[in-house]
Amino acid sequence: MRRSIVFTTVMTVVCLFFAANLCAESDEYRVGCAFAVTGAASWLGEPQKNTVEMLAKEINDAGGINGKKLVLYIEDTQGDNTRAVNAVKKLIQKNKVSVIIGPSRSGTAMAAIPVAEAAGIPMISCASAEIQLEPIDQRTNIFKVAPNDSDAIRIIYDHIVARGIKKVGIITGTTGFGAAGRTLMLEMAPEYELEIIADETYSPADTDMTAQLINIRNKGAEAIINWSIVPAQSIVPQNIRQLKIDIPFYQSHGFCNVKYAASAGESAEGTIFPCGRILAVDTLPDDNRQKPVLHDYKTKYEEQFKDHVSTFGGHAYDSLLLVVDALKAVGDDPKKIRDYLENAKFIGTGGVFQFSPTDHCGLDKTAFEMLTVKDGKFVVLGQ
Amino acid sequence: MSSGGSFTDLLQFIFMGLQRGSIYAMVAMGFNMIYNSTGIINLAQGEFVVLGGLMMVSLTMSANISLPLAFVITVFFVTIVGILMERFTINPVKPPTVMRLIIITVAVSILLKGSAMCFWGKESHYMKHFSGTEPFEIMGATILPQTLWIFGILIIIVAAFIYFFNFTMTGKSMRACSINRDAARLAGINDRKMVMLSFALSAGIGAIAGIIVTPIIQMDYSRGALLGIKGFGAAVVGGLGNSIGAVVAGLLVGILEALGGGYISSHYMDAFALLILLIVLFIRPSGIFGSREASRLKEF
Repeated sequence: MRRSIVFTTVMTVVCLFFAANLCAESDEYRVGCAFAVTGAASWLGEPQKNTVEMLAKEINDAGGINGKKLVLYIEDTQGDNTRAVNAVKKLIQKNKVSVIIGPSRSGTAMAAIPVAEAAGIPMISCASAEIQLEPIDQRTNIFKVAPNDSDAIRIIYDHIVARGIKKVGIITGTTGFGAAGRTLMLEMAPEYELEIIADETYSPADTDMTAQLINIRNKGAEAIINWSIVPAQSIVPQNIRQLKIDIPFYQSHGFCNVKYAASAGESAEGTIFPCGRILAVDTLPDDNRQKPVLHDYKTKYEEQFKDHVSTFGGHAYDSLLLVVDALKAVGDDPKKIRDYLENAKFIGTGGVFQFSPTDHCGLDKTAFEMLTVKDGKFVVLGQ
Repeated sequence: MSSGGSFTDLLQFIFMGLQRGSIYAMVAMGFNMIYNSTGIINLAQGEFVVLGGLMMVSLTMSANISLPLAFVITVFFVTIVGILMERFTINPVKPPTVMRLIIITVAVSILLKGSAMCFWGKESHYMKHFSGTEPFEIMGATILPQTLWIFGILIIIVAAFIYFFNFTMTGKSMRACSINRDAARLAGINDRKMVMLSFALSAGIGAIAGIIVTPIIQMDYSRGALLGIKGFGAAVVGGLGNSIGAVVAGLLVGILEALGGGYISSHYMDAFALLILLIVLFIRPSGIFGSREASRLKEF
């Protein structure tokens, strides 16, 4: 008798649990997020988490999507591959999300891709590596909103070629970002008929790059490209000025942090670099199609978090708005979301996206704007 | 592979090496100080450097306190952190075995790193150079004023160090403790106090290193390990426990790295430092200036 009571109770609880789940499912849309909120890459993940939370609150306060509540499940990958895989598994299996946003870093994204792909859940990565989408027939569920590194190189090379320069010296940081940029720059130079005559590197802990720069100068470079994402990159312009090397100086989009420019002080003036438009919203021409969305995001983010807006948070912003568009249009079936994303057109903070079955990034080199440093601020080049 | 074999280039490489080396030297001196008094490697040494740098950034950039005053306050503050670390984590441990103490320093380093992250945030902080960024020219090579500050402060520290350990009673007592703690205790020296003092001094030197290097490299909460590794390498090359050896070794490693980077390839700059470390460990495991006799007597 007692046993049967216990059994009944347990079964009732189980049934109620499932019933609750079923009810919950019917009036909410579940979106999973896997960001590097803490750990070494927290400067990527933290603004991303802030951004999606801010947006979700705004959307739900306005009545949700199609009358349903938007529920975010945010997992912290800590920028770690194993944790990223576990996070994505948990989001898919336990939280039953219909789409995943993230991860933040290329390495973690590569680790998590097979999981999402196998489960058939669309994943919008916020990491930049192009290899995430290759080969395209095995990446049917993977999308990315971060611009391509190769497009940043294209826009720099275009600029260099337009100046009639043939010989370029490159100096790169020894982190993943720097190494990937170095490989791409070396590969793409022949396409633009440029000769990389000096190829130097520095580690994130270095305090002086004069030796590398002297070599670049002695080999007769006509322009220098510094490709790095670590703070040490701001020593390079200082050393260039110190050595009185008077040739055009370019940096990568890894320089898109106002503090790096501030740290380099006067030496950074005139540095040319490609960057997402978010950091120079105020100096964009008014007819720019992205200006309203950029302005909107920047104002809201900076007001709420009292922190500078970043391109990385922008990736999360674009991802979530894409997802919201998809949910509005086709509901929360992962398959339908995937199909929707594959043909989506969208103006976001990262650029004007135009996805297609063969292009899951949807951005080209127009995602970047050439910026320069003027009086310690980032402004659009030529303004 | 450089085509520039000129004297000016060589001089520039040497300046670069001296600047890098000065930082290694200061971190190495901090390691040695604590090694001498306790026989352990303080793995939180890099965190002292970070704390010094970050504190200085806050005081000068946010609170607008003048440089000399901010310098004094920062060194004082980090010294207190060093003393507290010794009082609360090292002193109470019984028995103070080497392994146990080292693990404790790992814990302290994580704690300090975490606190720095909570307080200063995750982004890197920059600070203005002490006296502008207008480079000086010396025989064709150029040098930033901040680099001169680094050399100058290293020289002052080394001079103060030599004076303290050779001409003051406290300094001599500390040396006595490092040579033979039991004998020193029998001679009436308070060895516990000397351990505390060594933590205070090493935290102070760490803070100074952090203060002078921050204008060049910026500072963030996670920088400690990177700064610590090279400094530790210099300490080992110079002979653990030998502070003058650490200074010479630090400068040597810095110069060899710069020359290697300049004349061979910058891709292998870090490898040169490791290569020197390996060669020294193979040929003279006690370090260039270390004594074999002394290192045999040490526990670690």
